[in-house]
Amino acid sequence: MFDYETMRLIWWALLGILLIGIAVMDGFDFGIAILLPFVARSDVERRIVINTVGPVWEGNQVWLILGGGAIFAAWPLLYATAFSGFYLAMFLVLAALILRPVAFKFRSKLDDVRWRATWDIAFFIAGLVPALIFGVAFGNVIVGVPFRFDDTLRMTYEGTLLGLLNPFALVCGLVSVAMLTLHGANYLALKAEGPPVVRGMRIGRMAALAAVALFIVAGIWVAYGIEGYSIAQPIPHDGPSNPLLKTVTREAGAWLVNYRLFPWTKAAPIVAILMLSASALLLGKQRAGLALLASGLGIAAIIATAGLSLFPFMLPSSLDPRASLTVWDTSSSLLTLRIMLAATVIFLPVIMLYTAWVYSVLRGPINEAFVKEDTHSTVY
Amino acid sequence: MTSLDVVSLSRLQFGLTALYHFLFVPLTLGLSILLGMMESVYVMTGRAIWKEMTKFWGLLFGINFAMGVATGITMEFQFGMNWAYYSHYVGDIFGAPLAIEGLMAFFLEATFIGLFFFGWEKLSALQHLTVTWLVALGSNISALWILIANGWMQYPVGAQFNPATMRMEVTSFMEVMFNPVAQAKFVHTVSAGYVTGSMLVLSISAYYLLKGRHIEFAKRSMTVAASFGLASALSVVVLGDESGYTAGENQKMKIAAIEAMWETEPAPASFTLFGFPNLEKHTTEYEVKIPWVLGLIATRSLDKEVPGIKELVAHAEQRIKNGLIAYDALEKLRADPSSATEKARLDATAADLGHALLLKKIRADVRNATPEEIAKAAWSTVPAVSPLFWSFRIMVGLGFYFIALFAVAFVLASKRQLDRYRLFLWAALLSLPLPWIAAELGWIVAEVGRQPWVIEGVLPTFLAVSSLSAANVWTTLTGFVVFYSTLAVVDILLMVKTAKAGPGAPRTEPTVRLAAAE
Repeated sequence: MFDYETMRLIWWALLGILLIGIAVMDGFDFGIAILLPFVARSDVERRIVINTVGPVWEGNQVWLILGGGAIFAAWPLLYATAFSGFYLAMFLVLAALILRPVAFKFRSKLDDVRWRATWDIAFFIAGLVPALIFGVAFGNVIVGVPFRFDDTLRMTYEGTLLGLLNPFALVCGLVSVAMLTLHGANYLALKAEGPPVVRGMRIGRMAALAAVALFIVAGIWVAYGIEGYSIAQPIPHDGPSNPLLKTVTREAGAWLVNYRLFPWTKAAPIVAILMLSASALLLGKQRAGLALLASGLGIAAIIATAGLSLFPFMLPSSLDPRASLTVWDTSSSLLTLRIMLAATVIFLPVIMLYTAWVYSVLRGPINEAFVKEDTHSTVY
Repeated sequence: MTSLDVVSLSRLQFGLTALYHFLFVPLTLGLSILLGMMESVYVMTGRAIWKEMTKFWGLLFGINFAMGVATGITMEFQFGMNWAYYSHYVGDIFGAPLAIEGLMAFFLEATFIGLFFFGWEKLSALQHLTVTWLVALGSNISALWILIANGWMQYPVGAQFNPATMRMEVTSFMEVMFNPVAQAKFVHTVSAGYVTGSMLVLSISAYYLLKGRHIEFAKRSMTVAASFGLASALSVVVLGDESGYTAGENQKMKIAAIEAMWETEPAPASFTLFGFPNLEKHTTEYEVKIPWVLGLIATRSLDKEVPGIKELVAHAEQRIKNGLIAYDALEKLRADPSSATEKARLDATAADLGHALLLKKIRADVRNATPEEIAKAAWSTVPAVSPLFWSFRIMVGLGFYFIALFAVAFVLASKRQLDRYRLFLWAALLSLPLPWIAAELGWIVAEVGRQPWVIEGVLPTFLAVSSLSAANVWTTLTGFVVFYSTLAVVDILLMVKTAKAGPGAPRTEPTVRLAAAE
């Protein structure tokens, strides 16, 4: 089997894949929810929009649950620090994530205009809030987060909820909202039929434009306005997972070092811009399937850009830079990483196979006839 | 030092959200299997009524499932949010079962549940049946992994402390997986879930029979529920999870506390049917005892001793003293990581390190603890006796009641007299909330009984919390209470409405009218 250093690298990549899985799979559910109030004008239209993700959102959501579990298992200190540090923000995400299933299940069960309108608002909020907060969280990771450890590795966080809403993080939050809105519009165009699709196409293309522009703004900001972090003296890559054993310096431009050291990494931001632009064009040409593929790749490239800029950092500390969490001192033990890799290698392909089968069974458009045909409340 | 306020608030929040989550889980476990059974009959006989049954109970299943998932995410996030030191200290072991649960089980149930509802027209009968069973399989495997994680909190096998990383690390994943406590818990918990599912079907069907509606539908549903419920009720009582309570020292403390058994009795120990635990005097007053029964329940034998609380406290005191050696060695090792002597001292005593940490509640510099403080810390290993004593008795009483009720239902079903006795139907209807009460009490027995530990013998609960302000935890606690209460009201209203409407009720469709109005 692989050594500790390799396993840590593999799990860093797998963390990226998981985050991409969340953003791509659950992302269009969030996007659809964000689009709902803007693309649907009657109850039938709203039900068309909701039912495009009706049978699949529960499976998609597991990416998020798996993400939480895998970070816990493979990067326990990252899980502990991020989840307790961003405490109130995480609570908002939780509230949104609880609201969403309930909105799905409850909305169409009662024949009452106000009841349905209330759940539609809940549905919208449940899509917007996580999309925004996940982006904001990424932004804060890039600027550094105010936490420290005592010598028993007990973490103290000295920031506030409002402190998370700094301008750079807000730009990142908007990138996230814009890219997921585009992704949702692409999915809507692929699955639905009727007026919501046309409205969604218009909004989706604007969202693509906004995502590209904001992504470039964030990139320039990182290059000129934000101090990155770097490990001062090389540390062993197979040492104990204790972040207090290194020294870290902050310097402008440190987040761009990897692009100079490994020029192939420049592909990530370039692909991100190209794919989001291509997605907008394809959506305009009504090639929804390809547009969805392109937005998926664009989202993956944006997440890859963030990860490659930070590497080997995972969560830098602005308060005590040496406490920053990196790939080399945050992971589980070698045995746990190996067990988890074995489980992933066995089950992830199986999951992908049956997920693909489910989507293929459910192929076919969602339109007015579809939502009206239903007579047993099995459809949302 | 972390303030006690945050500890109590975090415990309250975790306890409330877990109890709330556990309102939905048992029904998911049981009803998913019942759906599989009903649909199997449909596929084998081709009779439409069985399809109607699957669809109708599936509707209730769906509402419940969504709530279970939503409240389950809270549980997963809360370990990191409120129990950051716990997450760091044992994440190496505890995280893996949670992640594997996602990979192996949760993806399965969540991916196929959509197809369960949307797939009736798109799949062949056999394909749809497979989908239903996959949902049931996923739910039940999910419970297995969660209980492997929980079992490890009760009886932490296959792990050791690593001073370089200041945390527990896994040494044998096999031991974690095949933890005897986890096995006992799994069987007991899923059986309780099956009882809950059966009771829901039994009660609502009884309601229809009382109302004289959906007679054929209700009788068939009741027959399934009666047979499955009887088997499950027998399993939940006979295969109770006390069998796991003999596995370790602290599990023994749990059963001694459940029994309010202060002194060790010669084997086989008697079972206290009734009495009033006196916490000051360390005795139980007005005891009514049944000879032999506890020995049988706890050790499955007539010759093994069940130790009493006082004996276990004496053990704990010894372990604290031993743990102080480990603590001292750890401190010295951190000053000089290369010291082989201290490493050897730590290795020899590391199993008791957690016991020394109990003293942290009394003083920060635990190495200077006085004998009185050590004795006090030893007594802190006794969980709250009275809640355990009563919760356990009510739960067990309910368990026997379930056996009786389902046995009657089973006999009536085999005589085809399910609609004959209104008294029975009323009893079945009114028993609806009881499995939930039993399940919640079971959770209280298991987790209150684990105190003062979050990981038994390894990490005390008060050290496991995040460094949060009390104000932050108050905010989220209030948020959860308000939010969850609202959802509970809406959820129950919707379940009652769906149940009252009954099978085959046409969907009241506002869409056309609404569309026209706009």
